[in-house]
Amino acid sequence: MANDKYETHEYDVIVIGAGGAGLRAAIEASAAGVKTALICKSLLGKAHTVMAEGGIAAALRNVYQEDNWKVHFRDTMRGGKMLNNWRMAQLHAQEAPDRVLELEEWGALFDRTPDGRILQRDFGGHRYARLAHVGDRTGLEMIRTLQQHAVHKGIDVYMECNIQRLLKDGDRVCGAFGYWRESGKFVTFKSKATVMATGGVGKAWKFTSNSWEYTGDGTTLAANVGADLIDMEMIQFHPTGMVWPNSVRGILVTEGVRGDGGTLRNSEGKRFMFNYITDYFRAETAETEEEADAWYEDKTNNRRTPDLLPRDEVARAINAEVKAGRGSPHGGVFLDIASRRSAEYIARRLPSMHHQFKELADVDITKEPMEVGPTCHYIMGGVRVEADTAATTVPGLYAAGEVAAGLHGANRLGGNSLSDLLVFGRRAGQYAAQYAQNLEGHPSPDDDQIEQYAQELLAPFNNDGGENPYSVHMALQDCMQNLVGIIRTESELKKAQTEIASLKERLAKVTVEGHRQYNPGWNLALDLESLLTTAEATTMGALERKESRGGHTREDHPGPDPDKYGKINLVLRRTDGEFSLSEEPLPEMPEDLKELFEESK
Amino acid sequence: MASEFTMRVWRGDISGGEFKDYRVEAQEGMVVLDVIHTIQATQAPDLAVRWNCKAGKCGSCSAEINGKPRLMCMTRMNLFESGDTITISPIKTFPLLRDLVTDVSFNYEKAKKIPALKLKAKEADGTRRMYQDDVDRVQEFHKCIECFLCQDVCHVIRDHEDNKPDFAGPRSFVRMASLEMHPLDEEDRRELLKVDAGLGYCNITKCCTEVCPEGIHITDNAIIPLKERVVDAYYDPVVWLMNKLTGK
Repeated sequence: MANDKYETHEYDVIVIGAGGAGLRAAIEASAAGVKTALICKSLLGKAHTVMAEGGIAAALRNVYQEDNWKVHFRDTMRGGKMLNNWRMAQLHAQEAPDRVLELEEWGALFDRTPDGRILQRDFGGHRYARLAHVGDRTGLEMIRTLQQHAVHKGIDVYMECNIQRLLKDGDRVCGAFGYWRESGKFVTFKSKATVMATGGVGKAWKFTSNSWEYTGDGTTLAANVGADLIDMEMIQFHPTGMVWPNSVRGILVTEGVRGDGGTLRNSEGKRFMFNYITDYFRAETAETEEEADAWYEDKTNNRRTPDLLPRDEVARAINAEVKAGRGSPHGGVFLDIASRRSAEYIARRLPSMHHQFKELADVDITKEPMEVGPTCHYIMGGVRVEADTAATTVPGLYAAGEVAAGLHGANRLGGNSLSDLLVFGRRAGQYAAQYAQNLEGHPSPDDDQIEQYAQELLAPFNNDGGENPYSVHMALQDCMQNLVGIIRTESELKKAQTEIASLKERLAKVTVEGHRQYNPGWNLALDLESLLTTAEATTMGALERKESRGGHTREDHPGPDPDKYGKINLVLRRTDGEFSLSEEPLPEMPEDLKELFEESK
Repeated sequence: MASEFTMRVWRGDISGGEFKDYRVEAQEGMVVLDVIHTIQATQAPDLAVRWNCKAGKCGSCSAEINGKPRLMCMTRMNLFESGDTITISPIKTFPLLRDLVTDVSFNYEKAKKIPALKLKAKEADGTRRMYQDDVDRVQEFHKCIECFLCQDVCHVIRDHEDNKPDFAGPRSFVRMASLEMHPLDEEDRRELLKVDAGLGYCNITKCCTEVCPEGIHITDNAIIPLKERVVDAYYDPVVWLMNKLTGK
């Protein structure tokens, strides 16, 4: 029996990925009384959530009484250029406040208002100050709180365990197969339900805010067992990443800098964002510097500063300024808070930015402006899920967090990711547990299949092609950065497709040295498979979507196409390693919610 | 402007190993982790190193650089002179897995033993009220990125393997201080601190504070106040008498 060959564990629910969504899902599943395991690629508490900075968006109404879920819902939909799944956006806006308060019950300590409640800060695209935060290290607070809560609940955690294949019994997902990084040995998890919470794909780009884990694993695993992917072309380039020194290019500079009063300037010292206010946001955006500055204190009589337009708008504007020759010395623009807020205020509100620039770039942000430029940050597209249950299109498989798609449409608002992780992480855990409880018997994977997977994963040791995995990765990053970046065009996207195809051939020839124990060369060789798969999917969607919307800008189709592409999701399905693409109508928003968009015009 | 270095990197596992020299060029702004990645990509593809964010936020890439416990991602190469030989070894206090990667499960096991927060009842209006002045000191402890450099440098376990079962280490004390000083917490952890966590082993040499990349005042703000609480509970004659009388 092949089964005896590999370490095997049996659970009701397994959760793959231990960032905010995975932890929240595991906590919920475990609380429902089912046997739950949490499996993660790194050590517990190191997942990408730890890097989130600015805050969690939730209409708590602690700073502005006028705020409520409907305003948050509307901001989210408009920020996403109406491509969002309306039901997800509704659930998210309605449930986010409870999820934040729950974190407080579990020990999180957010910054406070003078009357002792959770303080909220301004962020791009949010009408009111809405982000619960802890200085600029909100993600750390969130992951540590969830991590410690999960530990107290006694959930089994498998660390540095890298899942490489999902297992099926008939049409159901019934577990996962992967390897321990420490030993390189294989391990099988049998489960009734599986939650994907694996995060994003940013490591396919050269300049990214994402950590090494972000290699599109979950997206690929799900696609390979037949799950639908949607809107994979929707990639968010965060407008403000570090641009210098080169070795740290891409590291995130929180939107909180602008939320707390910082402003973008070009080489002429001009606040250029006033030149990039699109008609879509004109009615709600300040036209003069005076109005923009007054808005921070008085939101009733002033409109929002254009520095805080949604991220897609700001990233394109910075890109255009640099192209027009008005950039900073290292190819970005200036982000100035030093001249606008006191050193004490900056150090208190943005301690980690202060530290990061001082340590890595010799820049004191309380005295001088930062140099910033767009960095690949987030994928709005991903695995298609049912709004209420987080179920994918494959029975037994659930997805939550960045790996799932729908909530953010064509562009995610800052702060909506952390709340997404909590709201849909919880729902995924809840419904996965329910599915497991209702399932009769225990589905069982096919031993021959497992054996085949094991051989596939060992292939890089046996190849004599001589390709270096690091070289293939760098070539992919150059390709995506140069050809599938912020501004896209048909000829470049086609070129990218050709390059990705040739990189797939090179991947088949990758040879790794040494043995299986903690071997990063081997680990990367395996991750390259998902990196290339997601890069292929993104490029395919980008080529097909002949319009500009949110995180997808086509130089050859500069405007939105509301009559065609504004009404559809691009759905990708993978069969025998080949993607096919189809167009499917967006879910129709009910009339009472539609009215929210009418009355505000 | 590039400079040249010799990186002397520990290669090996539990069965043995040696330092190996790698000649590398470092571009302006590079950190030690960049140079290690360069070695991986060009000279030693199987060089084991643990890292995630490369931005000083996740605490994964702890190592000993010229003998000093540091994060590789926050150590700039311009600290060194071109032509220098720089020694990179795994953190010493925990069992070696391979090359620069160690088994840090000790820290996760200790974390399991710390009881959760016990919050007092909510306000009459159903809210939780805490004031910034009161949360400030706890927020300092929450800055911990769990790089475990404080655990690595602490001589109680660094030099005395046999102390490990009885001593939770600075990271755990920071965590317990954060719970103890939470404005709404009602749990009593003094016995745990004294007996199971071995707080008394610490003789406040402040080595942990010196290596903390987050600048947490581990000794002054966490450990000493905890020691005071334990002393108050166990060694204050007035409290002792009161406890006797009230039957605590």
